[in-house]
Amino acid sequence: MNQPPVGSLSRHRELGLSDEDAVQMYAKMRTARMFDERVLLLQRAGKINFHVSGIGQEAAQVAAAWALDRDRDYFLPYYRDYGFVLSVGMTLRELMLSVFAKAEDPTSGGRQMPGHFGHKRLRIVTGSSPVTTQVPHAVGIALAAKMKGEQRVSFVTFGEGSSNQGDFHEGCNFAGVHKLPVILMCENNQYAISVPVHKQLGGKVADRAIGYGFTGLRVDGNDPLAVYGVVKEAHRRALAGEGPTLVEAMMYRLSPHSTSDNDLAYRTKEEVDENRAKDGVLSFRQYLIDAGAWSVEKDEELTAAIRRELDEATKYADEAPFPEAESTLLHVYADGSEGGK
Amino acid sequence: MPVLDYIEAIRLAMKEEMERDPDVFVLGEDVGVKGGVFTTTKGLQQQFGETRVMDTPLSESAIAGVAIGAAMYGMKPIAEMQYSDFMFPATNQIISEAAKIRYRSNNDWSCPLVIRAPIGGGIFGGLYHSQCPESVFFGTPGLKIVAPYTPADAKGLLTAAIRDPDPVLFFENKKCYTLVNGSVPEGDYTVPIGKSNVLREGDDITVISYSLPLHFALQAAEELAAEGISAHILDLRSLQPLDKEGILEAARRTGKVLIIHEDNKTGGIGAEVSAIIAEEMLYELDAPIRRLCGPDVPAMPINPPGEKFFMLNKDKVLEAMRELALY
Repeated sequence: MNQPPVGSLSRHRELGLSDEDAVQMYAKMRTARMFDERVLLLQRAGKINFHVSGIGQEAAQVAAAWALDRDRDYFLPYYRDYGFVLSVGMTLRELMLSVFAKAEDPTSGGRQMPGHFGHKRLRIVTGSSPVTTQVPHAVGIALAAKMKGEQRVSFVTFGEGSSNQGDFHEGCNFAGVHKLPVILMCENNQYAISVPVHKQLGGKVADRAIGYGFTGLRVDGNDPLAVYGVVKEAHRRALAGEGPTLVEAMMYRLSPHSTSDNDLAYRTKEEVDENRAKDGVLSFRQYLIDAGAWSVEKDEELTAAIRRELDEATKYADEAPFPEAESTLLHVYADGSEGGK
Repeated sequence: MPVLDYIEAIRLAMKEEMERDPDVFVLGEDVGVKGGVFTTTKGLQQQFGETRVMDTPLSESAIAGVAIGAAMYGMKPIAEMQYSDFMFPATNQIISEAAKIRYRSNNDWSCPLVIRAPIGGGIFGGLYHSQCPESVFFGTPGLKIVAPYTPADAKGLLTAAIRDPDPVLFFENKKCYTLVNGSVPEGDYTVPIGKSNVLREGDDITVISYSLPLHFALQAAEELAAEGISAHILDLRSLQPLDKEGILEAARRTGKVLIIHEDNKTGGIGAEVSAIIAEEMLYELDAPIRRLCGPDVPAMPINPPGEKFFMLNKDKVLEAMRELALY
C-alpha cells in the first residue's frame, strides 16, 4: 500500500476510516475535552471535591479505542482516560454520577474517586489508585481469553511515570513469555505529577519492549490517525497470536495533575502554551475541515449539543441521591452478611 | 476412609477441582514439570497440561496480578507462592487489588482467587523460609484466610476456597506436609469457611489455635487429662472471617483462655481473638487471657538452638496449659 503523503487529506480513508468514523472520533475527543473543562469548573465552584484531568490526552485515547474491537475486547484504562471510556460506551451522565459520587455511579456506586473506571457490561475493568497494578490484570485477562479460546484483546494504559513500577515490568515479562494478546499503551504526558520525564526515564518506554521480546513503538499522541494505525496493527498482531505490543504515545498533560495541584510551581506558562498549540483535538478538527468532512458550522452545532448533554448530565448527577450511609457496609464479600461488621 | 499425608490432601483437592471445573487452573513457580518445590502439585501437569498447571516467571506480583486478571475474567485460578515469605512482593496486588475488587466496583466485578502459601518453621529454613505472615493480611476486609491442621481439613478447606466467590488465602503448614497424616473422607465435601471447629471437649481451660500448634495442644491435653486437667480445644480453621460465636462459646465453656500461634505475638491473630473475648465476656472469665506465640523477633534463625527456641512444641504448650489451669 502506498503511504499517503504527509499532510494528505485522505489519511483516515487510507486507514480504513470513513469520513463518518473520523467525525465520530473527533466528536468523542471534543466531548471528553468539554467534560473535563466542565468538571474543573464544578470543582472550582465547590460543587465537587476533586478532579483529575486528561486534557491534552484525548486524541490518542479516542484513536486507540477506535482501533479496538469495542464489542469484545477488555479495557483497563487509567485515571485520565475519559476520552477512552466515552469511546467504549460510557456516557456523560455516568461519568458525572461518578464525579458527584452518587449511588447510581456505575463504576463504584460513589465509592471511588472519579477517574477510577469500571463497568463490567462494557468490559471496563475496575481500577485502583496504586499505579500500574492493572498491567498484570490485563495480562491475566489476555491469558484467560487465550485459555478459553476466545478471540479477544486486552488493552491497558498507564503513564510514563508508572511505567517504572515493578508491576509494569512483571506484567510485560509474563505477557512476552506467553505471547499474549495484550496491547499496552503508555500515555507519555511528560509529567508524573511534578517530576518531568527526564527525571523518570533513562531511556524510552517503547524500547523496554525489546527486553520482553515483543514490539515497542513510539507514536505521536497528538496525531490520532497515527495512534489509530499503530493500535490497529497491534490489534491484528494480538489476534494473530503474534503477542503483545507496547505503544508509547507522546503527548503533553495540558492541565495540572489534579485539582489539588499548582503546575506552575514546576513548569512555565510558556511551556504549557507551546504545547497547547500542538493540541491533537484542535489539529484533528482542522484536518477534518480541510478534508471537507467537517465545518465550523457543524463544530458549533456539536459544541452546543455537547453543552446541552453536559448540562443535563450535571443536573441529573447533582440531583441524584448519594448512597445510603449504611450501604458503606455492603459488598465486602459476595455474601453481604459477612462484611462490614 | 483413605489415610493421606497433609500434602497429598492438598494435591487431591486441586486435582479433583480441576477435574470438576475446567476454569480451575494452577500457576506458580516450579509448579509444572517439577511439581512444586515441596511436590504439592506433583503429577498435575502430566494430567492437565502446561496451560492449566503453569510454570510462571519468578515474579510474585505477576503471579498474583495475572491470577487476579484471570479471576475477573471468570477463571478460578489457584496461585502458588513458593514460600509465604516470598509473597510480600505480591502484597499490593493482594491487599490493594484482590481484597477490594468487589467492594470498589460496588459488586460489579469479583475476584474468585485462591492463593496458596506454605507457612511455618521447624525445617531449618532460617529467616526467609519459615515465616508465618498471617498478621500481615489479617485485618484486610475482603480477604478470607484459612489455615488447616489436618489432611481432611486441608482438602475440605481448599475445595471450599476454590469454590468461594471471593479471594482466599490458603496458608498450608509446611511442617505438616508429610509429618501429619490422617483419614480423609471419600467423595466430594467442603469445610465451611468462617466456622471454627471444636477438636476436644473439656471443662478446665480453653485452647484456641490454628494450624500446626493444634497438634501440640491435642498431645498436651492427653497428658494433662492424666493429671485431671480437662482441656477444651477450638480450631479456628478460618482466620478471616473469624468465627466470633464459636470463639465466645469455647471461651464461655471454661472461663480460662489460652490462645496459641506460631506467628509472633504482637499484632497477631491472638490479639484479635483476645479482644473479641474481652469485649464480649470479660466478667465471665476466671483468669486473664493468655497467649503463647512466637517471640517478637523479625523471623526465626537457622541455627538449631535458635530455631528450637522460637518454635512451639508440645512441652511449651503443655506448660502454658497447666499454668492456666492452675491459675
